[in-house]
Amino acid sequence: MADNQSNELFGQTPSQTVGPFFHYGLPWKGGADLVGATDIGARPDLMPEDHYLLAQSHATVTEPVETITIEGVVVDGQGVPTPDVMVEIWQADPTGRYAGESNSGFIGFGRSSTSEAGVYRFVTVKPGAVTDSDGMIQAPHIAFSILGRGMLKRLVTRLYFDGDVANESDPILGLVPHARRDTLIAKARDGVWRFDIVLQGVRETVFFDI
Amino acid sequence: MTKPDTYTREDAGQPASLHPAYASTLLRSPRQPLVRIPQTLTETTGPRDWDRLMGGAMADLTTQHAAMPQGQRIIVSGRVLDEQGRPVKHTVVEIWQANAAGRYIHAKDQWDAPLDPNFTGAGRVITDGEGRYRFVSVRPGAYPWGNHYNAWRPAHIHLSLLGPAFATRLVTQMYFPDDPLIEIDPIANAVPMPQRQRMVSRFDIATTQANWALGYLFDIVLRGSLATPMEQR
Repeated sequence: MADNQSNELFGQTPSQTVGPFFHYGLPWKGGADLVGATDIGARPDLMPEDHYLLAQSHATVTEPVETITIEGVVVDGQGVPTPDVMVEIWQADPTGRYAGESNSGFIGFGRSSTSEAGVYRFVTVKPGAVTDSDGMIQAPHIAFSILGRGMLKRLVTRLYFDGDVANESDPILGLVPHARRDTLIAKARDGVWRFDIVLQGVRETVFFDI
Repeated sequence: MTKPDTYTREDAGQPASLHPAYASTLLRSPRQPLVRIPQTLTETTGPRDWDRLMGGAMADLTTQHAAMPQGQRIIVSGRVLDEQGRPVKHTVVEIWQANAAGRYIHAKDQWDAPLDPNFTGAGRVITDGEGRYRFVSVRPGAYPWGNHYNAWRPAHIHLSLLGPAFATRLVTQMYFPDDPLIEIDPIANAVPMPQRQRMVSRFDIATTQANWALGYLFDIVLRGSLATPMEQR
């Protein structure tokens, strides 16, 4: 039978779920802190101490910066929080540049496992507006990937910041039906940007086909 | 400034988010249609600096503890490619897997098979200039799960790749040849045939090392970058 090495089958490797047991393999200590000040992101409570082999937290940004916290609960189609989900983010730096375009040292990639209460949390910097090579300007935003048990492929969404005037003219938000745009807007509450993710059902988060 | 590469969309071999035979998808798949968007700079860029981000390489899963783990020693190697068959250089490949008895070193794995104090099952390497990667491990065991009566997962290794851009993110599973559990596994079968067979590795005697370990080949093909009309203009 044809297999991975068969020329006639050559093409995209299919996506599969991360399953429920990824915690000792993927989310590292500090992975959810994009400035490297804390060790949030991992779930070392889910494995014996000598089987935590992933990276230890370390500072990634040496300059003092103004940080923000982003937090939310991920819930399923019955509104039940999901304790076995992993959230990844990708974002520009405060000047709107992605890593590789700037030498700020900011990488802009983060990974957070959800807690038993289904909550993820990132500490990062607020991205600036992003100017594409064709001059198109995007409002400050953060790209999200959601992966978990029961998810055969990642779900992709974006976080935008409530109250930013640039949201009105953002070319991607403009593609989202008006009634659903609010699911992409994080709200500031007690100093934290709150951004819940609803996988299915009432107020289902808008997910993108990229 | 040249327009960055854009990436192909999903092909027909990618599973749907909802696959009712895999019961956990019922409440964890969106019901609203996805909103199709163009690839902006956000989707066509991605992180670098893996060592600084995630730590150094862990290529040999059999030497992470005091003694050798139990089980059949294996070598898994291959290339990471784009859809034009070009190597994806210097990109991170993360793996995790159950031990030889089919048990994960995870507090929530309740399967009554022995843990192995000498095996964690986590690895991470960076592909070389030709997109090659290589791990040493032990062959994972099959294990039962609660999806339906007498459900067993085929032996598999989980793989996670980021590739060159946000658009190329991939998490998949590698299966082993001639495993009768694959064709009755709802997760593998969420992928239609014949593309499902892309996830089945090949035993390779040239990769096998005499008196030491069996070798398996597994190439990973990420969504391929296509030159855009913008670039040619």
